[in-house]
Amino acid sequence: MSVQGVVVVPRGTLGARVGRGVVDWIPAAAVLVLGILAWEGLVRGLDIQRFLLPAPSAILDTLWERREELQAAGIYTFTEALGGFVIGCTLAVLAAIVLARFRSFGRALMPFAIAANAVPIIAFAPITNQWFGPLEKTSKMAIAAILVFFPVLVNTLRGLTSVRPQSIELMRSYAAGEIEIFRRVRIPSSLPYLFSALKVATVLAMIGAVVGEYFLSSQEALGFQIRNSAALFQFELAWAAIVVASVLGILFYSSVALVERLTMSWHPSSRAD
Amino acid sequence: MTTDAAAVSITDLSKRFVRGDVLALDRIDLDVQPGEFVSLIGPSGCGKSTLLRIIGDLIRPSEGAVLVNGKSAHQARLDRDYGIVFQDAVLYDWRTVVKNIALPLELAGWDRKRRDTRVREMLELVELTGFEKHHPWQLSGGMQQRVSIARALSFSPPLLLMDEPFGALDEMTRERMNNELLRIWQETLSTVVFVTHSIAESVFLSTRVVVMSARPGRIAGIAEIDLPQPRSPETREDARFADHITQVRRLLRKGHALDAPEEDETPLYVAEEGL
Repeated sequence: MSVQGVVVVPRGTLGARVGRGVVDWIPAAAVLVLGILAWEGLVRGLDIQRFLLPAPSAILDTLWERREELQAAGIYTFTEALGGFVIGCTLAVLAAIVLARFRSFGRALMPFAIAANAVPIIAFAPITNQWFGPLEKTSKMAIAAILVFFPVLVNTLRGLTSVRPQSIELMRSYAAGEIEIFRRVRIPSSLPYLFSALKVATVLAMIGAVVGEYFLSSQEALGFQIRNSAALFQFELAWAAIVVASVLGILFYSSVALVERLTMSWHPSSRAD
Repeated sequence: MTTDAAAVSITDLSKRFVRGDVLALDRIDLDVQPGEFVSLIGPSGCGKSTLLRIIGDLIRPSEGAVLVNGKSAHQARLDRDYGIVFQDAVLYDWRTVVKNIALPLELAGWDRKRRDTRVREMLELVELTGFEKHHPWQLSGGMQQRVSIARALSFSPPLLLMDEPFGALDEMTRERMNNELLRIWQETLSTVVFVTHSIAESVFLSTRVVVMSARPGRIAGIAEIDLPQPRSPETREDARFADHITQVRRLLRKGHALDAPEEDETPLYVAEEGL
């Protein structure tokens, strides 16, 4: 083991792993801090108009002053994103299982699922808004669910069907039936595909919820806050709401990534070195 | 298992693949007696892997019959009468060594205690004690293949089918695995049908070597290997070992000549590497 920086800890212990983790993150953290400092310096030094770009300190102030409002908006919008994520992913995984069991069905529908992946589904947001009520959370859940549905379906189906033929032959040699093969081989083999789709889905669900709110929504929503404060030239507030949306998005993504790591601790990619 | 029944009995078996209209196997007749170690050898495309899969009821024959332990191949598969090992170990990455070996036992409904005992015995048999909690990707190729063999033997099937199990291993590992396989064969008293590309391997391991010709796959001849048992690394230095290698090589050349004019050995080896 090479000695990295000044943090020298015995290999293998929890301390060592945390220590190495911290060391690994130092460059990224430095870039972040330097970036924010540069932004602040640039805005102050060049005297940039606040409606063009507010300074980080101003955004931070607003974030603190309006924290209750922003927190409520964040929870409101995150609920929509999470709802859409759960509904969309559940339906997509169920559909993938059905299509994997009935291949000819799958072959007939797959081109459409792939085509749907290439369509800017967010364009449907005004329509789903009307269908499910623009002031209701359901309408944003709907657009988020549709957004996540197709990539999760396509990826999961690919995972369920791209099992090596010999893995299946081996199961058949043990007199295993289709259900056993599904449970013990197809599903575990599809997990890497499923999780990469779920991670993308967290991002899509947040986009669906926030953009859906831009069109029309309850005043409580984060998207409404962003759009409204931008329209009223309250750029600090708009930026503060964007920060909230970003942090929520990152937390959402990371929690799925964490579940992935815990579920697939067997996977070669999760090996610590 | 019925007494007197052949371990494998193949009568007038043909296999035609509809796609490409290829006659992969042409009127094969072969009996394997319980306790035998039979190798199938031949150039690529001779259908030896297909034949192995038909014995295991993983592929259906176009014509002819296969009996395993006196029953239909289909029934034998459902009764878990054979274990199979492929060239690739085909271990499940999400299962540890122990759980990979226990998989057929789980499917057969063994309770946990019985499984644990059995897996421990199998680990001893393939000399992998201490690697229980490892995942497949943490093992070398030879170790992975040993896990695969342990898994195939875990439920004590009377028949072991092996499809070029050591084809991907380096020469030294391969020879060691050959010695181990013979030891296991003698300890478990099972019947082995072994597909290989290697003449030396087939002679060293087998009681009989079935030499096949390509396109269509036919039996070109059968070599009885009367080398003394148990075999050891010294067997390879026995003069009769060299004689048998020549015998098998001649049968291969004869088989090759069935559909091609006389050729020297080089093209045969080129053809073998193709698979």
